[in-house]
Amino acid sequence: MKPFNYERASDPRAAANIVSASPSRRFIAGGTNLLDLMKHEIEAPDHLVDINRLPLDQIDVLPDGGLRIGATVRNTDLMADQRVREHYPVLARALAAGASGQLRNRATTAGNLLQRTRCPYFYDTNQPCNKRVPGSGCSAAEGFSRNLGVVGTSEACIATHPSDMAVALRTLDAVVETLMPDGSERQIPIVDLHRLPGDTPHIETTLEQGELVKSVRLPKPIGGTQLYRKVRDRASYAFATVSIAAIVHPADRTVRVAFGGLAPKPWRVESAEKLADSGAKAISERLLADARPTSDNAYKLRLTERTLASVLEQGGMRT
Amino acid sequence: MMKFDIPAEANLIDKERVVGRPINRIDGPLKTTGRAPYAYERHDVAKGTAYGYILGASIAKGSIRTIDVGEARRAPGVLAIVTYENAGKLGKAKAHTARMLAGPGVQHYDQAVAIVVAETFEQARAAAHLIKVDYLREEGRFDLAGQRDKAVKPQEKGDTPDTAVGDFAAAFAAADVQLDETYTTPDQCHAMMEPHATIAAWEGDKLSLWTSNQMIAWAVRDMSETLLIPPERIHVSSPYIGGGFGSKLWVRADAVMAALGARATGRPVKVALTRPQAYNNTTHRPATIQRIRLGASRDGRISAIAHESWSGDLEGGDVEIAAKQTRQLYAGEARLTAHRLATLDLPEGNAMRAPGEAAGMLALEIAMDELAERLRMDPVQLRIVNDTQYDPEKGPSVPFSERRFVECLQLGADRFGWSRRNPTPGQVRDGRWLIGMGVAAAFRGNITMKSAARASVDKRGMVTIATDMTDIGTGSYTIIAQTAAELLGVPIERVSVQLGDSSFPVSAGSGGQWGGNSSTAGVYAACMSLRDAITQKVGFNSKDVVFENGELRSGTRVVSLAEAAGDKGITVDDGIEFGDLSERYAQATFGAHFVEAGVDRHTCEVRVRRMLGVFAAGRILNPKTARSQIIGAMSMGVGAALMEEAVVDKKRGYFVNHDMAEYLVPVHADIPHQEVVFLDEVDAKSSPMKAKGVGELGICGAGAAVANAVYNACGARIRDYPLTLNKILKSLPT
Ligand SMILES: Cc1cc2nc3c(=O)[nH]c(=O)nc-3n(C[C@H](O)[C@H](O)[C@H](O)COP(=O)(O)OP(=O)(O)OC[C@H]3O[C@@H](n4cnc5c(N)ncnc54)[C@H](O)[C@@H]3O)c2cc1C
Ligand code: SF4
Repeated sequence: MKPFNYERASDPRAAANIVSASPSRRFIAGGTNLLDLMKHEIEAPDHLVDINRLPLDQIDVLPDGGLRIGATVRNTDLMADQRVREHYPVLARALAAGASGQLRNRATTAGNLLQRTRCPYFYDTNQPCNKRVPGSGCSAAEGFSRNLGVVGTSEACIATHPSDMAVALRTLDAVVETLMPDGSERQIPIVDLHRLPGDTPHIETTLEQGELVKSVRLPKPIGGTQLYRKVRDRASYAFATVSIAAIVHPADRTVRVAFGGLAPKPWRVESAEKLADSGAKAISERLLADARPTSDNAYKLRLTERTLASVLEQGGMRT
Repeated sequence: MMKFDIPAEANLIDKERVVGRPINRIDGPLKTTGRAPYAYERHDVAKGTAYGYILGASIAKGSIRTIDVGEARRAPGVLAIVTYENAGKLGKAKAHTARMLAGPGVQHYDQAVAIVVAETFEQARAAAHLIKVDYLREEGRFDLAGQRDKAVKPQEKGDTPDTAVGDFAAAFAAADVQLDETYTTPDQCHAMMEPHATIAAWEGDKLSLWTSNQMIAWAVRDMSETLLIPPERIHVSSPYIGGGFGSKLWVRADAVMAALGARATGRPVKVALTRPQAYNNTTHRPATIQRIRLGASRDGRISAIAHESWSGDLEGGDVEIAAKQTRQLYAGEARLTAHRLATLDLPEGNAMRAPGEAAGMLALEIAMDELAERLRMDPVQLRIVNDTQYDPEKGPSVPFSERRFVECLQLGADRFGWSRRNPTPGQVRDGRWLIGMGVAAAFRGNITMKSAARASVDKRGMVTIATDMTDIGTGSYTIIAQTAAELLGVPIERVSVQLGDSSFPVSAGSGGQWGGNSSTAGVYAACMSLRDAITQKVGFNSKDVVFENGELRSGTRVVSLAEAAGDKGITVDDGIEFGDLSERYAQATFGAHFVEAGVDRHTCEVRVRRMLGVFAAGRILNPKTARSQIIGAMSMGVGAALMEEAVVDKKRGYFVNHDMAEYLVPVHADIPHQEVVFLDEVDAKSSPMKAKGVGELGICGAGAAVANAVYNACGARIRDYPLTLNKILKSLPT
């Protein structure tokens, strides 16, 4: 870890301003991802701006019936919120499936969205990795890729985005609300927050330097049976091999499904959802039409289909 | 020294007033309140401690062309940097396969290349990243399967690599039913909670190490051979150890590099290996390829049994002795075992909890399940039919000292409800879960080791036992205190136990599940001598003296221990040596594992639902600590079956998943209700304690029982551990 300056932001605007001044500055929220990255010198910011004391820790009901979740609301608190449990159970379930109790107590809404990949080569600074050192190569391509991505990936990088929460937010069509360093605000639909790697896997989001995530907005509740199924190698405290956030309306035979563990961002293909009536196989074929798995992770294609079948069954969709 | 070469007769331990009781750990309160200092926290021992950080090699094989430490040396807080260029002459301990400091040659990934010593940990770590090492990379061999054909018969070190009885080929060919299958187990890492850690300090030419180590006398010996200084100048202390599972049987880079850092700076230096270094800098259980051939008659009797195993290690290393149990577990006239060693340029392979059996039973006990299926026989029954009361390689002249394997199977089957198992896979459903049951034997050899202790009683009547035995979480403190309390007739609160210090008499140490039995036997010897010394001092008749309630009595005469000890107290050193009983009798521990597992019909995730283990392992010195050992080992068996694998990057030559987030071991949610039953047994040929080991028995076979339950649940027969969901998915019908 390189020595760095640390300061506590007095207000959101100031926080955005300070961080915008240099690409080597970062916000720090729960620190559960950033500090690990700094210890390994995967990231080496010279200046941290602590946003934990900013007034961004509230969950408010909006006039349209939606919910605004502050950027520093802890995963544990969000998961336990009565309104979330009642109206957005897919979100509560996804949060409960993530990490461990200790981590969730610390992890924040924004930090969770912006956490970085768990590709093991990204975490070992001795190995080439285009995401860590652009142009150095991708060790995973010929290495161990059992838990890496199958779709939306590129020659340069096959890493996944590890968040469970983000997958649920994607089915809910959440909107990320940010504050720009110049004081203006942006509304970013969750689908547009994360970028696909292409040949610049080190650029992961559409946020600008210093752009502060203030909150995440959920549209008004849409009901349905809301499920989150996370398939993993041990019963807790493991990242998803495949996960599915689903909102099922069996009566009008519609589904919304987003997938974790498959891609560099929560993976949702709206046109595939139109095939709800044709069942899991049809949906997953459309969903994974452009998949380019490795020999290590090709199993994820079949696993996706089978997990989806199980989730649809559980949601009451008979096919 | 007491020589143990005839079976124990009735003795004082048989009274079981204190021994054999489920007494809470006497060190428990210290540990649960954070007052038991572990190596890195020995703030009491050395003032002005500086911090060391080890830089590991970033290549797997090759050599160091140049090391530029200039920038690192100038970094804030840095006191010294030691590399092979300025370390002075070092030896390689015979017990080490790889050297603890690389240079110019690099033998494996993350082999220590330098230690940076600085005022703070953060400064040392930051500076380590500034060292520039220019390597010359060489091609390495990293793939066991690829090197299998080049594997050779290893030189005989501890165990004989090959054994054969009768004409295996002919007997196998003639058998009614045959099985010939190959099983693989992956590299595994100890992943104990406390990383290797050491504080080293020099006083003149004397070195003190406060470290985390299972075998104190070996630590002294290996440091002496590495630093080329006489053992008398080395003091090692390791009273509390946060787990080791074999990775702390030998000193590692933390100790050697801390000593070098301390010498370079003239300050005490503390070093802990980082979590990633625990995977690639230390040792691991080597991967195996195991071919098993079984030939049996229609009634299930095995007539031919062969077990061959291939594993790899660095040049000069050794095999994983995975076929060992097959020499003794089942009957059968024609027999063959063999081990072959391939050279691999991965980190050093070595002992991990139950070396040999842990990996070997994973394979053998699936093979038995497969054989039972081919015979259309119940797998419990198949094992019963092939029980043997003598060492099947040596014949009836070498009987087992005690062997109640069949009882373990029968009692277990009964308690588990085994009769409800449907032998046809895939028939039992519970919602989305396919449910199956599996059984496997548990078997682990019983090793005994010379062990000594110092026993004393003081003027308050307090008993103190001092021995260099270690407590790696196993409960050594407690069973040693129980032993002394039993023999000297005092309540356990009147016994103080001091462990893990090289100034104490040399014990068996903790390894190979020999520690509990051997070290208490050593304490037995010392306490018996102390009884004699006390008796003599007060002039009692040694024939009828009774030690009870803090007193000794003979006829009508009574003296308290405190009075007997007098102002100066009484101290004796004694110990035990073991004769040839382990050759005249085959000695082992036995058990049977029963597992119920569910396999998700869609996702193929496996969740273990119930586990039962029944064990026969001699006298159980403390049922509570013994049960903890067993359930920990059974949990490790679940890990071996379902998730544990140090994944080799075959191009770059290292274990890729080198942290606790990626190298999976079971969490609470993976472990269901576990029931443990011990048969009431004493083994008079094992030691005067009539105990045997239990620390490793529980892992042996547990994973195979899980694998067999998975097969029974869903019909996927997987012979390649761990049974991750992708493998199950692949072997399910589409
Ligand atoms: C062992 C382990 C297991 C885990 N398992 C899972 C799992 O199963 N599922 C899962 O979903 N997650 C898992 N996680 C990840 C965990 O959820 C994340 O570490 C956590 O959500 C990050 O939140 P944080 O507040 O601590 O972020 P930080 O570490 O503080 O920040 C992360 C990033 O977000 C940026 N950032 C933070 N807040 C803002 C803001 N308001 N505006 C702009 N940028 C911001 C920071 O600059 C940094 O780049 C695991 C983590 C660990 C260590
Ligand atoms: S997959 Fe991406 S993160 Fe992983 S090594 Fe390749 S470039 Fe790096």
